[in-house]
Amino acid sequence: MDLENQKRVKEFTEQHGAENIVVLLGAAEGEAAGLAAETVTNGDPTFAGPLAGVSLGLRVYHVCEPEMKAEFDEAVYDEQISMMEMVLDVDDIVSEMTAIREQYCAFQD
Amino acid sequence: MKSVIRGASYVLAHTPDMVIHNGSTQTTERIVNPESEYLVELPKHLRTYEQAVNYWPNQVYIGNKTPDELSAVEQPWFDKDCPGATREGKFGQIMPQEEFLLLMQVCDVFDLVRLSAEFVAANRDAFAANPLLTEAMVARLTAGCEMDEITTQVNEHHAEPLYHNNVLVGCVKGAHDVDVNLSSHVMHENLVSKASSVLALLAAVKTTGIDKDEIEYVIDCAEEACGDVNQRGGGNFAKAAAEIVGLNGASGSDCRAFCAAPAHAVIEAAALVASGAYKTVVVTAGGCTAKLGMNGKDHVKKGLPIMEDMIGGFAVVITQDNGVDPYIDLNILGRHSVGTGSAPQAVIGALVAEPLAKVGMKITDIDKYSPEMQNPDITKPAGAGDVPMANYKMIGALAVKQGDLERAELANFTVKHGLTGFAPTQGHIPSGVPYIGFAREAILAGEIKNTMIIGKGSLFLGRLTNLFDGVSFVIAANPGQEPEVAAVSEDQIRLAVADAMRRFAESMGVEAGE
Repeated sequence: MDLENQKRVKEFTEQHGAENIVVLLGAAEGEAAGLAAETVTNGDPTFAGPLAGVSLGLRVYHVCEPEMKAEFDEAVYDEQISMMEMVLDVDDIVSEMTAIREQYCAFQD
Repeated sequence: MKSVIRGASYVLAHTPDMVIHNGSTQTTERIVNPESEYLVELPKHLRTYEQAVNYWPNQVYIGNKTPDELSAVEQPWFDKDCPGATREGKFGQIMPQEEFLLLMQVCDVFDLVRLSAEFVAANRDAFAANPLLTEAMVARLTAGCEMDEITTQVNEHHAEPLYHNNVLVGCVKGAHDVDVNLSSHVMHENLVSKASSVLALLAAVKTTGIDKDEIEYVIDCAEEACGDVNQRGGGNFAKAAAEIVGLNGASGSDCRAFCAAPAHAVIEAAALVASGAYKTVVVTAGGCTAKLGMNGKDHVKKGLPIMEDMIGGFAVVITQDNGVDPYIDLNILGRHSVGTGSAPQAVIGALVAEPLAKVGMKITDIDKYSPEMQNPDITKPAGAGDVPMANYKMIGALAVKQGDLERAELANFTVKHGLTGFAPTQGHIPSGVPYIGFAREAILAGEIKNTMIIGKGSLFLGRLTNLFDGVSFVIAANPGQEPEVAAVSEDQIRLAVADAMRRFAESMGVEAGE
């Protein structure tokens, strides 16, 4: 994850508390989504950014996951996301994201 | 007046030592984690010059193989040599690091690049033998200096060291003691960009056979900034490179828009030529040291060679209509506007579907799309996937959504209308333009009738806006030169006026007779 974005996630968490933050990803690949999810839960696996060694344990979802899709107005989702939903390997993304959440998310709800 | 693609050039410089010393992934790692295992392992993963020349995607980039031939080679490609690989290609060449360092010195007009006399002597002949270089350029090569001067500059004056095969052979001095905009780091970055742009311009002159004096304007669309404390991005890379190449009739300017800049620049150049403002405009860009080894950590972790060891460059020559070369259709311009939004669906709609719809075309009416042409051999191991393929899937999915394509045809669309990525991950370098050289040839050969070039840019990286950016344009087969409106000569006018006056006089006579 981009170093500046890591900094922003860290600052938001300090400001609002980890329980009040949900990180929403739009990565095009399961692996990339998993890496970003790991960064905001367990810490930066590349040890390059502000979240290196910092385990925030945040709730993190990909926008194509069913939990998130259910939150959207259907028309907005169709206009903004449906094309990408057709393109992405959603099953792979869901499986990567679920694995990271189960392992590192501090809020098992 | 139409503007046509007269030709394009594509060049590479293999710079493995710059991966270690100038790539931002490595320089950042040295600051935050100086003892890292990655930095220890990295040198073992660097490629030799021969390996870089034999690398399939590099041979495609300089025009010795086609994207179609590459797509027939099973991935990954790093472990397969390209048969018949050579340094020289149809569109350009792959320059080895030692010659590139000499080229940097030749491109430096402020005595900032200092090379050791021994290093210059060892490589002078090979450098001078390069058929692209002009005599004037070779004459700019100095004899070099003593190593003492270089070590003093590096150790005591913060000069940027230049290495070859891990041996210190020179340095780039800072151009100011205090101004960070002229620091040795910035001057190094900018001189690399300038030198690779110079090489691309030279190759463009050769591939098109154009007379240098015909070139009236040069637009540089790289991603670096040159200037000083009072104007950090003042410019002008374009004119600086044109000077070295000897484009004495040219002026120029820089166009900046992150990775989208090449597509912006080609549209601007095409419009300048079509309007008649200039007859011949060249769009050029050199490469970027910071992006060397950008995904190196993933490559090393997976036991792969460092494939981001190439500095890229390209140039596109745009001239007035000659009735033959493919033209840039300025009626079909895609534009990501401020209000478009950043969802991929909105982006592809604005760049692909909307401009085509305006002229009554469907997405399937474009034979080949050239979006971000990043080499998947580099991006896939880094978790970024196959970037061109992702673009083709998005374009195809939009075609399905608007009824241009059956959903079952989606996979076939990516093959029929897509290309395999082959460009180095140098930001602006892979952004749509790498296909222009091949597209021109394919259109001239009648293999395709048109192509859409798509440039996209991540403006948010500059932290001035959260906006994304992108523009697109279509290159199409030339239907032949528009017939010229016959000019009327002065004599013809005189005859016509005399004839009219005679008839008037006759009619007056008739009237008077009555």
